[in-house]
Amino acid sequence: MVVTKFNMTMLVKFFSILFLGLIAPFGQAADLDPDRADVLYHSYEGGGMKIDGPAILIRKKASDSVAVTAYYYLDSISSASIDVVSTASAYSEERTEGQLGLEYLHDKTLMSFSVRQSDEDDFLAQSLSLNVSQDTFGDLTNISLGLSYGDNEVKRNGDDNFEEQSQQYRIRAGINQILTRNLTTNLSFEAIADKGYLNNPYRTVRYTDNSIPSGVGYQSEIYPETRNSFATKLSASYFLPYRAALFFHYRFYSDSWEIESSDVELAYRHPIGDVLELELKLRYYQQSQAAFYSDLFPYQDAQNYLARDKELSDFDDFTVGIGVTYTLPKYLSFGEMRSEASLQWDYIDFSYNNFRDPTAEGGVGNEPFYGFSANVIRAFFSLYF
Amino acid sequence: MIKLITKGMLILSLLSLTGCASLSIKPWVKPYERQNLADPIMRASRHPIANMHVAHVLEGRESARGAEGTGGGGCGCN
Repeated sequence: MVVTKFNMTMLVKFFSILFLGLIAPFGQAADLDPDRADVLYHSYEGGGMKIDGPAILIRKKASDSVAVTAYYYLDSISSASIDVVSTASAYSEERTEGQLGLEYLHDKTLMSFSVRQSDEDDFLAQSLSLNVSQDTFGDLTNISLGLSYGDNEVKRNGDDNFEEQSQQYRIRAGINQILTRNLTTNLSFEAIADKGYLNNPYRTVRYTDNSIPSGVGYQSEIYPETRNSFATKLSASYFLPYRAALFFHYRFYSDSWEIESSDVELAYRHPIGDVLELELKLRYYQQSQAAFYSDLFPYQDAQNYLARDKELSDFDDFTVGIGVTYTLPKYLSFGEMRSEASLQWDYIDFSYNNFRDPTAEGGVGNEPFYGFSANVIRAFFSLYF
Repeated sequence: MIKLITKGMLILSLLSLTGCASLSIKPWVKPYERQNLADPIMRASRHPIANMHVAHVLEGRESARGAEGTGGGGCGCN
């Protein structure tokens, strides 16, 4: 496996300049975002998986300079995905996530700290995040820096002796720049380093085995114990003359497993009257496969690292999304508080270019390439207080 | 590609943070000219709870991670 090298000197220079920016504030003080509460129902259905559940996000200012946030999220998962039906049995499980955050605003510097825990039967993830952002240059520029540390505990259901660990380190930086009275842009970077057990403990790879009637054998995946990645995202938001907004995002990603990907998104937000807001979204994503991925290995233990995870294969996906937000009349809200009801639907179509459907006809290694589509729905209520 | 973008960012940062005075560049969009940018429809984080769900769904289906703009932090979806 070849490790992708990033230009560390450039990164150090970049971060140094960002820090210089943090100590040069001038102009008027910034404001914290307003208080709000959101209650959401989410659903994902596609590729034999059904995942749904509730989520709640509450944000409240304790003073002009301090705000707290709390987030609760539940995934109820029922899976009979292509990985599962080809080598194991369908399963159901739940994942619970909680986050607590604290924001502190001093003049033009916003500091935020958050803790997060995600809990499943066989996976416990805990992380800490710290972010600092600073308005500068007459508030035309905002610079941000962030760090995260995560610790994961991996188990395997049905095997009490199995317990593995992994750690994740994240460093990110961004610059938001107002370019004209109608156009603002953002450039952000994030480097992530993982170490430890990064496998899925259930998944297997397949290899040609002419000694058995089926002609195909299975063995556990083996992943490297480190993964380093770097992502760069460029975004632009443009205010159209008739009061509508256009959003553009482009992200480029590469990692030490030799996966490279890019995604591009175009979104449009259009108010209709005073109470309705329509959103349309198009997104395209494509990635190359990991260096150690193969749909069918030529024999058992064919190489040091082995993967047949379709998320590590060469594929692309295309999303079409639509959303509507309705500002509720006062008699349907709580007192004088403003509230909104929103519904969003995304249709995602996945096409795999080197992952075959082992449940299809055609013979081992000659089955048609796999593909599926997913419907993602979010229905939520937002209250501003 | 990354090198090119990083160089561009360095130049932009230098101009906006350190070189402004010597080049006489002043903030060119005045506070009173920012009413369009301050319109709620221009907020990328207009629906933060929805953005967090979108990021979670994509994190589980795609290899790319980082720079989502929603915090991230690992999905625990093995």
